[in-house]
Amino acid sequence: MEILTSIIRLDYTLMIVALGSALLGIVSGALGTYAVLRQQSLLGDGISHAALPGIAIAFLITGSKTPLILILGAAIAGWIGTLFILSIVKLTRIKYDTALGLILSTFFGFGLVLHTLIQKSGNANQAGLDTFLFGQAASMLERDVVTMGILGGIAILVMVLFWKEFKLLIFDVGFATSIGLPIRALDILLTSLLVIAIVLGLQTVGAILMSALLVAPAAAARQWTNRLSLMVLLGALFGATAGVGGTIISSTASRIPTGPTIVLCATTVLLLSIAFAPNRGLLWNRFRNQRNKRNLKLLRNKPSNTMAPPARSTLSQSVRMPAGQEEKSV
Amino acid sequence: MQASALKAIEVTDLTVAYEEKPVLWDIDLDVPPGVLLAIVGPNGAGKTTLMKAMLGLVRPAAGRVLIYDKPYKVQRRLVGYVPQRESVDWDFPTDVLDVVMMGRYGTLGWIRRPGKRERSLAMQALEKVGMAAYATRQISQLSGGQQQRVFLARALIQDATIYLMDEPFQGVDATTERAIVTLLQELRVTGKTVVVVHHDLQTVEDYFDWVMLLNIRRIASGPVTEAFTSENLRLTYGGRIALMKSSA
Repeated sequence: MEILTSIIRLDYTLMIVALGSALLGIVSGALGTYAVLRQQSLLGDGISHAALPGIAIAFLITGSKTPLILILGAAIAGWIGTLFILSIVKLTRIKYDTALGLILSTFFGFGLVLHTLIQKSGNANQAGLDTFLFGQAASMLERDVVTMGILGGIAILVMVLFWKEFKLLIFDVGFATSIGLPIRALDILLTSLLVIAIVLGLQTVGAILMSALLVAPAAAARQWTNRLSLMVLLGALFGATAGVGGTIISSTASRIPTGPTIVLCATTVLLLSIAFAPNRGLLWNRFRNQRNKRNLKLLRNKPSNTMAPPARSTLSQSVRMPAGQEEKSV
Repeated sequence: MQASALKAIEVTDLTVAYEEKPVLWDIDLDVPPGVLLAIVGPNGAGKTTLMKAMLGLVRPAAGRVLIYDKPYKVQRRLVGYVPQRESVDWDFPTDVLDVVMMGRYGTLGWIRRPGKRERSLAMQALEKVGMAAYATRQISQLSGGQQQRVFLARALIQDATIYLMDEPFQGVDATTERAIVTLLQELRVTGKTVVVVHHDLQTVEDYFDWVMLLNIRRIASGPVTEAFTSENLRLTYGGRIALMKSSA
C-alpha cells in the first residue's frame, strides 16, 4: 500500500527515470531475445565493456557531455570491439571465448586509463563521466529519455522490418545463405541493434551490469513460451517491469543505486521463471517426472512422495500437458 | 558421353581447402538432369563440403560450379537445400509450419511476411511428408525422423528443379527412411534432379540410379551399374569394404 501511494505521488524526476528505465528494459529485453537465441549472451558483456573507452574519447575530442555524442562514441567503440572479437575468431585459431575475454578486458582497461587521465586533467566539465561504470539513473534528464525513445524505437522498427530474415539467420544460417540472404549484412545489422540496446543502458545501468539487462529478461521469456514473437514481447515486458520496479524500489530508500536494483529485479523475474514456468520450469519438471513415474506404475504406493504439495498447486495448469507429452513419444 | 546434353550441375576442377589442408582436390563432376545421385565416401572424404561448394556456402580455392550452365548465384531459385538435421538448434522457439514456410523466404523477398498462400503450400508439403498432423507442433518436440521430414517439406515448398540433401537418412527410423526414399523417387519421376550425401553403402543400389565415389578426389561417378564396382569401392575405402560388397 505504501508503494502504491508513492507511485501515485510520483514526482517528476522519478517519473522521468522510470520512463527511461522502462524504455531501456523494452529495448534490451526485446533485442536480448536474439542474443540469447544466438547463444551470444556474452557478446553483450563484451560490447558494454568495450564501449567505455568510446565515451572517454568522445569527451576528449568534443569536450561535450551531450548524451547523444557520448552514446555515439560508446557505440563506435563497442562496435570496433565486436569487430575485433569476430575478426580474431575468423582470422586466427583463437577461440571465441578467449577472443571475447581478451577484447573485453583490454578495451575496458583502456577505458579506465582514459577516464583516470580525464579526471586528473582537472577539466571542470569532466564530473559524471565515471557514472558510466555503474550507471546513474537518477541523473537521467528528459532529453536522455527522448534520445532513448528515438534510438530504441529505430532499433525495434528495424527488428520488426527484418523479422523473418533475422529469424532464419538465427535458426539456420546455412539455409539462409543458400536462398541468397546477405548473411554478412544481416549479421552486422543485428549486431548493430545489440550495440544500440547496450549503449542506451550505459548511463542508467552502467557498463559492468548492462549485459544482465540484455540476457535476464530474454532468458526468462524463453521459459514461458515456444513462440519467437511472444518471446520478444515477454522479453520487452519483463525488461520494462524490471526497469520500473528497480526505479521505484530504489526510490523508496536513499542510497539504493537504481541500476543494480534494476538488474536484481530482472534476475528475480528470471529466477521466478526458471522455477515456476510451465513446461520448462523446475517445479513443472519435477511434477511431470513424478506423474510419469505414477503412470508407469513404478511408484509402488510408497508414502515417500514429499514433493506432492507444490505439485498439486500446478495441477490445474497441467491439464493441457498430457496430450502434448504423450504425442511426443508416438 | 553426354557432352552436348544439358548438365543440371557441372563441377569443374574444384579444389577446397580449410587452413591449407585440401578437403576436396580437383573434383570434376557432371550431373545430368533427372537423376537420383548418391555421393558416398568415408568420413572426412569431403561429401558435405562438396555439397556446400555447390551451394556457394564454402569458397573454393580453385574451380567452379555451374547450375544449368550458370553460376549458383543467379540460379539459386532452381535449387532446394536440405541441410544436416544436426546443423540447427531444435530448441528454437517456433513450430513446424513456421519452419516449413521458411522455404518460401527466398521468393517472398524483403519485409513481406508469409501469408495464406505460403501457409497452404506448407500444408501441402507437410502432407507429402506425412507430417500434416504436426503443423502446430513445437519443433523441440519432434523425433529425429520427424525433424528430417520437416526439413524435406521446407525444401519441397522451394519448388526447385534440383534438390541437394545432406545426409537425409542420418539417424531416422526404418519407416521414415522408406518414406524419404519414396519421396526422392517421386521427385525423380517428375523430372527433378536429386543429389544426396549418403553413407550407407548397402542401400546405394536400391535407392539411387547414379553414384559418385569420393575421397578428397573423385574416385568415380556415373550410373550405379557402371561406377559402383568393387574395384572403385576398394579405391575409395580401402580393402575391407570391397570384400563386404563382393560377398553381398
